[in-house]
Amino acid sequence: MSYDASSTLDLETREAIDIDRSKGDFSFPERHKYDAGRGLTEKTVHYISDVKDDPEWVREFRLKALKVFQDKPMPTHWATKDLDNIDFDIIRYYLSDGEKPKRSWDEVPPEVLETFERLGIPEQERAFLAGVEAQYDSEASYSNMKEELTKLGVIFVNSTEGLKEHEEIFRPWFGKVIPTGDNKFSALNSAVFSGGSFIYIPKGVKLKQPLQAYFRINSENFGQFERTLIIADEGAEVMYMEGCTAPKFETSTLHSAVVELVALKGAKIQYVTVQNWSSNVFNLVTKRGLAMEDAEVRWIDCNIGSRLTMKYPGVIMKGERARGEVISIALANTGQHQDTGAKMIHAANNTTSNVVSKSISVGEGRSTYRGQVHIPKHLKGCKNNTECDALLINSHSRTDTYPAITVKGNQHATQHEASVSQVSEDMLFYMQQRGLSEGQAMSLAVNGFINDLVREFPMEYSVELKRLIDLEMEGSVG
Amino acid sequence: MSAVLEHTASLLESAPETPAAFPAWFAERQRAAWQRFLETPAPKRGDEAWRFSSIKQLDFASFTREAASTTIDLVRRSTALESPAAKFVFANDELLHSESNLPAGVVCLPLAEALVSHGDLVRAHFMKQDTRLGSAKWTALHEANLRNGLFVHVPANVEVEGTIEVFHWLAGENTAIFPHTLVVTGANSKVRVVDYFQSAGDEEPGLCIAVNDLIAGEGSKLDYLAVQAFNEQTKVIQVNETGVAKDASATGFILNTGAAWARNESLSRLEGEGSRSDMLSVSVPAREQEYDQRTFQHHVSPGAYSDLLYKNSLYDKSRTIFSGLIFVDEGAHRTDAYQTCRNLFMSEDAEANSMPGLEINADDVKCSHGSTSSQIPDEEIFYLRARGIDSVRARQLIARGFSVEVIERLGDDKVEEMILRFLDDKFAHIAGGGA
Repeated sequence: MSYDASSTLDLETREAIDIDRSKGDFSFPERHKYDAGRGLTEKTVHYISDVKDDPEWVREFRLKALKVFQDKPMPTHWATKDLDNIDFDIIRYYLSDGEKPKRSWDEVPPEVLETFERLGIPEQERAFLAGVEAQYDSEASYSNMKEELTKLGVIFVNSTEGLKEHEEIFRPWFGKVIPTGDNKFSALNSAVFSGGSFIYIPKGVKLKQPLQAYFRINSENFGQFERTLIIADEGAEVMYMEGCTAPKFETSTLHSAVVELVALKGAKIQYVTVQNWSSNVFNLVTKRGLAMEDAEVRWIDCNIGSRLTMKYPGVIMKGERARGEVISIALANTGQHQDTGAKMIHAANNTTSNVVSKSISVGEGRSTYRGQVHIPKHLKGCKNNTECDALLINSHSRTDTYPAITVKGNQHATQHEASVSQVSEDMLFYMQQRGLSEGQAMSLAVNGFINDLVREFPMEYSVELKRLIDLEMEGSVG
Repeated sequence: MSAVLEHTASLLESAPETPAAFPAWFAERQRAAWQRFLETPAPKRGDEAWRFSSIKQLDFASFTREAASTTIDLVRRSTALESPAAKFVFANDELLHSESNLPAGVVCLPLAEALVSHGDLVRAHFMKQDTRLGSAKWTALHEANLRNGLFVHVPANVEVEGTIEVFHWLAGENTAIFPHTLVVTGANSKVRVVDYFQSAGDEEPGLCIAVNDLIAGEGSKLDYLAVQAFNEQTKVIQVNETGVAKDASATGFILNTGAAWARNESLSRLEGEGSRSDMLSVSVPAREQEYDQRTFQHHVSPGAYSDLLYKNSLYDKSRTIFSGLIFVDEGAHRTDAYQTCRNLFMSEDAEANSMPGLEINADDVKCSHGSTSSQIPDEEIFYLRARGIDSVRARQLIARGFSVEVIERLGDDKVEEMILRFLDDKFAHIAGGGA
């Protein structure tokens, strides 16, 4: 069924699916003490290292990464040509006010505070969270964690503090899950990274409440390159949630993060993302977890914003019975390309992985699923299940699926299924028969499509998701 | 043939000469193709169209073009179906034998002959499309070296009963052949063509770069089968191009039992309302055989149907690659497209790579793909053992049944039996009879 057949209907549908981005669409005047300027050279890297007072090994790591970044070609032989529109020479790679992260909201500068107030951070912390870190451009502006967690030995700091104060834990794992040369953008991040979280959960400590980070871009042409490393020691459990917003500037902005997770024996890490960047952000993120014996890494990923997102969270199952999971929801509207997926690398016996991906393409939006499942030789009892479903709303909506599955040996089982469909005319007719408007019927159908995945998100994020998708959709057609 | 051993040049070293009898336009095509071959870069690591492929297999420098020296028993060995509608036997692209019992108006000739007698008709359909799935360099080499093959043109409203059979024999050491099959069906006509690819001996390495172009006119039914049963020293590239017009139906089937390394590229273009394409394949690699299959279901027109089913049973250290794409053009609404690849693992050392892809640019579509890999479940063996069938026999039965599901879709008892004979011959050459 094509909605372009009727223009009024089309408009209504568009409104029904559209979400409110105005919440994040505001900015404050810049007042940066440190500004690395535009473009990226060795000088930029030295500048960042100087400002951050990096140890020598970090400076070397950065310089080496810069070389890798410059040598690597753009991956446009398989990825979208839109990548060529990123102008690395006009991007500003480091901006900060030179202040240390505050431990109390009272000390945070008023406009930063107002930013996060408007995004609803402090309430959430009071109500629920075990700790919060808020990043404003290049550096954390606020960082706090409940006191009893500190006593248990939990570390939750920004990456700069992590590599300086906790080098003995930080350094052995840093860049090990995602090597610098993994891809062009992980190399870029390795050269200019700043901010992001370092978390260490000691043996046997199970956090009942999630840790949260909030990422905010406030300056035009700014590139945010946070670096997160989470280590859950044996038997530890943690859930980490991140959200991100940026105002809509005239020109595009780049966000390129690297996130490494290490789940040691029996540990569990859940990493939840709700990505709502404004629609001119290039969001090119590398995320990968390492799961040792009996450990579990889950990525729960929701992509609503950005102009182009390329993100394929991965799990390397290195220990026996390790488990990896990716749950992914993507919504691509006109002008957006959600290129998401999952990477499951089985490297030990009896490891299992599960990928469930649902995407919705609206207007001229394009969603893409790319998956990789790798089960090497001489392993036994590995299982993978992959499901990806795509929903197309309008006749110019677009969806692609490109999985790659390699299985060696006969002791394994993999299954992959994908389907593409549109909202059925019968379903809409049925609901309209019962008094719903076409718009309401459409939003109900879309919600039904993703509902089982939304439930996977922790409560306060499924609230946010509902706000972003469910309520906004219904409200806008009234 | 001279009995003296001569130094024969690699086929990559110099431009082949077009036989003088061929028309000028064809000589020009061959000259241009050779140039294109030289200019097209060879596939390299990192090319998406060659992901997971063994690029090292693409070294063809040691192969030469030669006439077959002994062809005595090849005609006798060219038997598959009882009383085919027509039969052609080629050895190293030279015609050895032909027989035909076709309705009036049907043109069914060796390509070398058709180029002379029906030059304009061949020209109107010959290799009209670009090679899109990665082997452009090798189809250029094919075009430059092309000497023979089969040309079939079925006029409107003529139905060919039975099957046209073509045997392509590869004889001699390090010999290359370039068989070509061009089938054109007029409106509401019907035809079935089978190509058999075999080696004269068991040991000589060979190279076969084959192209088949299938052009199904409105309301016609075109079935094409390729049985690839070369010896296990041979390398094969087979490129298929199928265009399906309004209300036409095309079925393409590939059986892979032979070759050391085989690459299949199959592309179906659904060009009219109500058109239908069935893309089927059964592969049974064993030992160190490697099959690399790439497919493309291109929905150009709205209201078309395509269904792909590829099955691999992997033995020993064999390896398969499946990369398929359903591509729905903007405006190709009411598309129904399905794609399934299933891998049955019969060994611990086998490897299967699957890349089932979708690119959808229209919203009113029903598309799905599925890919699975697994071994025979213990319960199924248990079930048969409980009924008195030993586990080896049980595995043989289940493995055979796995492939039979595809073969049954060919819809002709005699053809299905013939394919099963090739399949069973392969199982007979696998340790444990395919268990």
